[in-house]
Amino acid sequence: MEIPYTVEPRPDTGLYNAKLGIWLFLASEVMLFGALFSSYVLLRVGATTWPHGYEHLNIPLATVNTVVLITSSVTMVMSWASLAMKNIRRYRLYMGATIALACVFLVIKGFEYAAKFEHGLYPSASTFMAIYFTLTGLHGLHIVGGVIVNSYLLGPGSRMWKTDPARFTNRVEVAGLYWHFVDLVWIFLFPVLYLL
Amino acid sequence: METAVDESIRKHVRVYVTVFIALMALTLITVTLSTLHLATPVAIVVALCIAGIKASLVAAYFMHLISEKKVIVAALTLTVVLFLVLMVLPVSHFADRGL
Repeated sequence: MEIPYTVEPRPDTGLYNAKLGIWLFLASEVMLFGALFSSYVLLRVGATTWPHGYEHLNIPLATVNTVVLITSSVTMVMSWASLAMKNIRRYRLYMGATIALACVFLVIKGFEYAAKFEHGLYPSASTFMAIYFTLTGLHGLHIVGGVIVNSYLLGPGSRMWKTDPARFTNRVEVAGLYWHFVDLVWIFLFPVLYLL
Repeated sequence: METAVDESIRKHVRVYVTVFIALMALTLITVTLSTLHLATPVAIVVALCIAGIKASLVAAYFMHLISEKKVIVAALTLTVVLFLVLMVLPVSHFADRGL
């Protein structure tokens, strides 16, 4: 049986189903990260002292990671635009760049974590480090998830371009919406944890 | 017909590049301001405002929210309200106790 409304919009919502689905998923993600941000506020407001992020964390590395992630958002949206212009070769280039940038982000984060561990700064070291590792760890897991989905869409999943290009373009758009959300979360994590 | 679609996508691409430059500039401003070590309340307000602008740019243009269907905007409006409740809860807890 065919899955309905993968390309043509559903008459009542005006959207193809996957797009409504991903937005509802992202709404639930907002509440997931919202709960953790709320915990951060509770811990910070309730603490007698709170360290400045720049005293413990590496701002230059985090700034580079911010640039890397924003750039990956641009390459992701460009990969969708390439498909919309029927250019699969350029799509592969931009999608490959998105995955590569995501890996760069993870490697830099790995260096940051390693430096913390070297100094004995584990999640158990302080409330600040606990919330830092929780928030950045969950965000990092989201990056890993994005890399897996994007790699599928670059590799075996791209076969759909030959059989159903409109549906494949929509798949890339939906993956892109998720990826931009991951970027959006980092846009808040960076100042909250590192700069304030 | 196809060229009209292509032209519309090309316009999109120009917007993406402009938004990218704006995001980079705002990142630079945030980091530069943080080196000034402003008083914590001021620093928090400024940093969160800039982050809010950056997030709005990503949502509006990269995620195409600016031209998205009403059903999505409605679902997200509810989400934003609930998110704000989550943010206010811990602060109101301490305000209640007069801390």
